[in-house]
Amino acid sequence: MAEDKDIIIRLDHISKSFGDKKVLDDISLYVKRGEFVTFLGPSGCGKTTTLRLIAGFGKPDQGDVIMEGKVINDVPPYQRKLNTVFQRYALFPHLDVYDNVAFGLKLQKVPEDEIEKRVKRVLKLVSMSDYEDRDVESLSGGQQQRVAIARALINQPRVLLLDEPLAALDLKMRKDMQIELKEMHKQLGITFIYVTHDQEEALTLSDTIVVMNEGKIQQIGTPTDIYNEPVNAFVADFIGESNILKGRMMRDRRVAFIKHEFDCVDEGFGENVKVDVVVRPEDIYFTNDPAKCQFKAKVNSCIFKGVHYEMWVDTDTGYELMIQDYDPYPVGSEVMLYIDPDDIQVMKKEREANTYAAKVIGEGKVRFLDTDFECDTTGFAEGDDAVATIRFEKVDLLDNEEDADLTGNVVFILYMGNHYHLTVKTDAGENIWVDTNDIWDKGDFVGIKILPQDIQLSKPAAGNE
Amino acid sequence: MQAKKVFAKAYLWLVLIVLYAPILFIVIFSFTEAKSLGNWTGFSTQLYQNLFNGSMQNSSGLLAAVKNTLVIAVIAALVATILGTIAAIGIYHLRGRKKQVMTFLNNIPMINPDVITGVSLFLLFVFIGLSQGYLTVILAHISFCTPYVVLNVMPKLRQLNPNIYEAALDLGATPAQALRKVLVPALRPGMISGFILSFTMSLDDFAVTFFTRGTIGLDTLSTYIYADARKGGLTPELKPLMSIIFLIILIVLLAINIRQSKQEANSSKK
Repeated sequence: MAEDKDIIIRLDHISKSFGDKKVLDDISLYVKRGEFVTFLGPSGCGKTTTLRLIAGFGKPDQGDVIMEGKVINDVPPYQRKLNTVFQRYALFPHLDVYDNVAFGLKLQKVPEDEIEKRVKRVLKLVSMSDYEDRDVESLSGGQQQRVAIARALINQPRVLLLDEPLAALDLKMRKDMQIELKEMHKQLGITFIYVTHDQEEALTLSDTIVVMNEGKIQQIGTPTDIYNEPVNAFVADFIGESNILKGRMMRDRRVAFIKHEFDCVDEGFGENVKVDVVVRPEDIYFTNDPAKCQFKAKVNSCIFKGVHYEMWVDTDTGYELMIQDYDPYPVGSEVMLYIDPDDIQVMKKEREANTYAAKVIGEGKVRFLDTDFECDTTGFAEGDDAVATIRFEKVDLLDNEEDADLTGNVVFILYMGNHYHLTVKTDAGENIWVDTNDIWDKGDFVGIKILPQDIQLSKPAAGNE
Repeated sequence: MQAKKVFAKAYLWLVLIVLYAPILFIVIFSFTEAKSLGNWTGFSTQLYQNLFNGSMQNSSGLLAAVKNTLVIAVIAALVATILGTIAAIGIYHLRGRKKQVMTFLNNIPMINPDVITGVSLFLLFVFIGLSQGYLTVILAHISFCTPYVVLNVMPKLRQLNPNIYEAALDLGATPAQALRKVLVPALRPGMISGFILSFTMSLDDFAVTFFTRGTIGLDTLSTYIYADARKGGLTPELKPLMSIIFLIILIVLLAINIRQSKQEANSSKK
């Protein structure tokens, strides 16, 4: 952990709910002085809420927002030494460019000639010098964005908060602005906290990335750390393209997946332990040398993507992998492939099966997930607490509600080379993980069916009252 | 094709004539001295002179009625604009069902017949023991004007970037400063049209005023004219007065329209 004096903002065990919905769940992180930190995640992951708590628009239900060593939970936004660039700019429509930028200084009653000097300087910084008298609504999106940045910077904040500032711009403009923002950050030396759902933007701009999902921090690290060593399947899938596969750690530095064994660099998982494996598509290499070949495959599609070709291959063991390479291989050709030990990222499995706290409610009847199920309750009496375990592949997803035990929505889909691993959120807000060969879409409403013989009851762990 | 065009034009003129003939009738007959309406006794500005030099009968009563009307309209419209703007901001930030219910509740008084509004306000004032007069008329006018302000401010709120209030706070404005320097200027066009609408609603109200003015002899223009007409024919000098009011309203409407089309031209340039 960094020294306290280097830390400008610290979030300490923050939780926040809107109504029944928990949007932030025990968030802790720190931001170093002068750092460019990005909160990255899909929409609804809590990244904007986190930013708003730092800006002062809302208070955490639990935990503290700490700036320069002081808890600022109750400090209103207008007394915080930070400024925000809002989504869609939020310029004042009744003021021209000059007055928009000068707004903060005029409130502080700064003398007119100094205001003018500072407005000119900051407009020059964002390359908007000739636009002082323009009506803000007559400006293009990119120009409005520059004015919004100038308006936030003129108060000389210690921290600049940016809430998806480039989301409304077209691709070309976005790329240009990214470079300019990075330049500005270098030039000003102040702390930037940036929110985006665009992983490429996060990788390009940031010193540190905080990957968030469903109100929780998934991983904090440098862009290279996060890209090369994702800690879980969500991060691996969200950042860049990846092949995510089930594997088994045979022993230190030896892992099996796609029914082949590979050398790797990971240690300390134990022997014969189930793991998840990530291989980036650019890290699978073609070879003509049978001695180097680790496995064979057949190319089943090949698409030109501008810089590289994206190919899908079927391995000799029945898995599908994505490969990116500068040279194309014809569809239908047999190829020999290998992966460097360095490029295999082994991750601890987050869970091996669904487990829920359950209550036995009668002979052969058990209740969990707010639903009554039938199963074998031998060894349990009515009213006993138990743990119900259901393997991922034993959960059936149905099109219709009638035959289902309960219903939910598909919230996350992972392709694992030969099957899909889905996260289904039940109507009560709990997650069920499902392995299936059927194709579902994100957001699909599904019926969930679990057969009695697939529910295994066990005694709750001791001391876990 | 040609016949169709002629017919369309004729129809348009017919509608315009039906709409404006009564007003034109009054304007024309304000320039003659005849006591009874419809008699033309030659062009004269005598009625206008009488109106302004106070030589008409019960001149002071009319003057008082005009003054009352204006004072009530200005106060009612001002208060309604403030209340209505605050209410609109409140309703805008409600969510889901609550918002629907509040919008619905806001709409009811506008469709409710004036007579019913008048009688129910009368009963309310009697019930709470408020003596009827200036105050009750103003309160009554505020109550039926406010929904119109809400209706005018709401669309402006919808056009607003939801973050601009927060942007002002972020730049160091206290909530009061943010309201004064950002929110109100941005909502101003809606507030102005709400004010004008309230002002005219108050100006021409008869039923509500009639039931809430009590017995102290408070007259507004509408109740004065009503009483005057019942007493034995309309005082002739009212014709020039009505013509002048019509002219003023026409000018105000033109001004608003010109301003609006200028604004639209500005925004379409962008």
